[in-house]
Amino acid sequence: MIGQLFEGVPARALVLGGLLLGVLVAAPFLVNDYLLTVLIIILYYAYTGQAWNIMMGFAGQLSLGHALYVGLGAYTTAALYVHFGVSPWIGILAAIPIAIIGGAIIGFLAFRFRVGGVYFAILTIAFAEFARVGFDHFSWVGGSSGFFLPVANYSVSDLWNLRGKPMMFYYLILTMTVGAFVICRLLLTGRIGYFWLAIREDEEAARAIGIDTFRYKMFAVILSAGMTSLAGVFFAFFYNNLFPEQVFHISRSIELILAPIIGGIGTLFGPVLGAFLLTGLSESMHAILYKFGVDIPGVKQVFYGLCLLFVVIVLPHGVWPWVARVLGIRERRS
Amino acid sequence: MPAEIYLNVAISGILTGLVYGLMALGLSVIFGVIRIVNFAHGEMMTIGMYIAIVIFSAFKLDPLVMMVPIAAVLFVFGYALQASLINPFINRPEHSQFMLLVAIALIMVNVLLIIFGPDAKNVQTSYAFDSFLVGSLIVDATKVYAGGAAVLVSAILFAFFRFTYIGQAIRACADNYVGALVVGLDVKRLYALTFGIGAACVGAAGAMLVLIIDVTPALGPAYTLLAFIIVITGGLGSMPGALLGGILIGFTEAMAGLLFTPSAKSMFAFALLVLVLLFRPQGIMGKRTT
Amino acid sequence: MSALLSVQGVTKRFRGLLAVDNVSLEVAEGEIFAVIGPNGAGKTTLFNMVAGVYQPDQGQIEFAGQRLDGKTPDQVCRAGVGRTFQIVRPFPALSVEDNVIVGALLRHHGLRDARESSYGILNRFDLYDRRHRLASELTLPDRKRLEVARAIATEPKLLLLDEVMAGLRPTETDRMVAALQRLNQEHRVTVLLIEHVMRAVMALASRVMVLHHGAAIAEGRPDEVVRDPAVVQSYLGAEAVG
Repeated sequence: MIGQLFEGVPARALVLGGLLLGVLVAAPFLVNDYLLTVLIIILYYAYTGQAWNIMMGFAGQLSLGHALYVGLGAYTTAALYVHFGVSPWIGILAAIPIAIIGGAIIGFLAFRFRVGGVYFAILTIAFAEFARVGFDHFSWVGGSSGFFLPVANYSVSDLWNLRGKPMMFYYLILTMTVGAFVICRLLLTGRIGYFWLAIREDEEAARAIGIDTFRYKMFAVILSAGMTSLAGVFFAFFYNNLFPEQVFHISRSIELILAPIIGGIGTLFGPVLGAFLLTGLSESMHAILYKFGVDIPGVKQVFYGLCLLFVVIVLPHGVWPWVARVLGIRERRS
Repeated sequence: MPAEIYLNVAISGILTGLVYGLMALGLSVIFGVIRIVNFAHGEMMTIGMYIAIVIFSAFKLDPLVMMVPIAAVLFVFGYALQASLINPFINRPEHSQFMLLVAIALIMVNVLLIIFGPDAKNVQTSYAFDSFLVGSLIVDATKVYAGGAAVLVSAILFAFFRFTYIGQAIRACADNYVGALVVGLDVKRLYALTFGIGAACVGAAGAMLVLIIDVTPALGPAYTLLAFIIVITGGLGSMPGALLGGILIGFTEAMAGLLFTPSAKSMFAFALLVLVLLFRPQGIMGKRTT
Repeated sequence: MSALLSVQGVTKRFRGLLAVDNVSLEVAEGEIFAVIGPNGAGKTTLFNMVAGVYQPDQGQIEFAGQRLDGKTPDQVCRAGVGRTFQIVRPFPALSVEDNVIVGALLRHHGLRDARESSYGILNRFDLYDRRHRLASELTLPDRKRLEVARAIATEPKLLLLDEVMAGLRPTETDRMVAALQRLNQEHRVTVLLIEHVMRAVMALASRVMVLHHGAAIAEGRPDEVVRDPAVVQSYLGAEAVG
């Protein structure tokens, strides 16, 4: 399996990847708190981007309601922690199945009833909206006034309850992102990866060569949902407050997909690159504008929109394929 | 609760639903002809609503009176959008088209946010609190006027597609893209016209809706989703279906707000969507396409 | 010997249009059976019913003793029936080799196994040296052979070919005919094909059925069918027979 991980990877990519990883591991000792938080956000989007990429880039299903799974993961573990003192590591045993059930329902509705393309996207939006309105009325988890996790003493790092300094969260999200990367790589280079690509390219032709497209599409949806819910757990314990209006909002779903689209759908490194580019640029822009006393809500989003527009028009396959070409790395399959 | 209340709410919902229907009509026209999923539909309507608000606060001109200029502005905007950005995307894969319009929508919403801020704004006309008494029914004047205007504009639209040369040319494009090219129709220009018409519809609907609800920039995405639910329920590509779907949704929303809590009314629209997708995906009046 | 494929009285209507009208045919194991006829005669619809894309309104289809109608296309393939499409559909962004590997993965669960099996198939179809090219970069004749290769990779007992000769020049047609003959004789693949190119039909088929307006108007050996007056009148024209 280790062999499969590195098979066919050009040496240059391994070296560059290793360097990047090294820098990221050392980062907390090299940068200040603000930059560390920015890195956490970058890695968060890289992670969720990878998870979303499984559904879209691999199985070809456009989900515009991925915030649903983030929210389900967040609220489940937060509720268990606040009401029953259950550690999030145990909590995910409930959060993941719940998110998976959500994904399975959507997937089932979509695939069994031949709801594809735009209908599927609308369905995903509707489910996220349904959750947003629903949780607004869900008083056990605070409803629209919000749900709050007790913020403990920051000098103690409690990994079991995910209470602690930013550095702890940083390594957590770094591990998650690397883990997601590895999982995606293993899947893509294996049997399932081939089937997913075939389904994405031409579903009918894939069926004609014996691929049970329903099963593999469902697997992509379920895996994507489950992985995304873990991001929700991170979100809940890092930010310590949850509002349905924020967590399930369509803006979150759209933010989630910006990094992988800009980086490159269906590629392994695309979501990571996209996250770095997007968050890096937007934070820099925000900092520059702030220096000039400009702090208007909405500017960041316009910037995101323009980036997305640029990529969609000029680099439809994302920035990563172009960067890879420049660096001389050829990813064996798209 | 006395029957009158139900009836009042129902009629109120149906009138609002007519405006929704006009909004969805624009989407139906765009999708039916150009086959592009306009994710910026609600956002375009929000632009129309803000224009109405600006004009009203500056000149005190009734939005319904300004409906025509507002629709015209949106027409130009829509035409330009299609001609410049969207036409090159006609033959690109579906998800590329979505993303293009998602990007455009994102920019629109946030430009509005930057210009107008997040606070709700509305239009208080002189008849804002008037109502008509029909027997024991009380109906808001604003809703009656808005609903009436919606019916008028829809009728004009139907007539346009039925009786004018351009309208028929556009329908030809919708039915058979290659065939239309072959007989010499300038499809790209007709597409731009169609998008302009759809945008004009939605602008007009906005001018009407601004009398009924408050505007925030965040309204855009919510109404995009609503427009889709209406069009899918009524039948993608069916113009009468869009109106019917609008009425149905307006009615459902109003009744749900009455029977349950007002803030949960959108949940019923979603439930309706799921039911339609499950049991009659072509919508009430749609034709089953492969 | 009992038939490998048995189509019994299948009928298919599309909202009032009778596409296939009570057609029955039997294909014996090891045979090459051709279905010919004018455009719109219902040939592809018949095919699509065998392949599981449509369900017959009446009648049934049996394959190797099992009921085939009612199965989905992927179930049909897993049962041992491969198919190609009238307008070729290789996976454009995948390499030639990967296209075949996807097919091979049906029967070979390990990637290494699948790859080795694919190399053998690519060789048979003269595509080995182009295996790293993207499918979208191939010429039409290569893409047609790729599609057949991909279907073969699923190790079917019966192969359905839908106008696989369309668009090929005579030399390429001969090449494809030779490949199919090898497939049939050396690897014992039974073939059911739709074809307009009579040259290929005469060279390949042991038996032919002619469809016209959804119904079978003739069936038999190629040289017999080709002289049948009804067939000549409805499809071939006197000159084609000479």
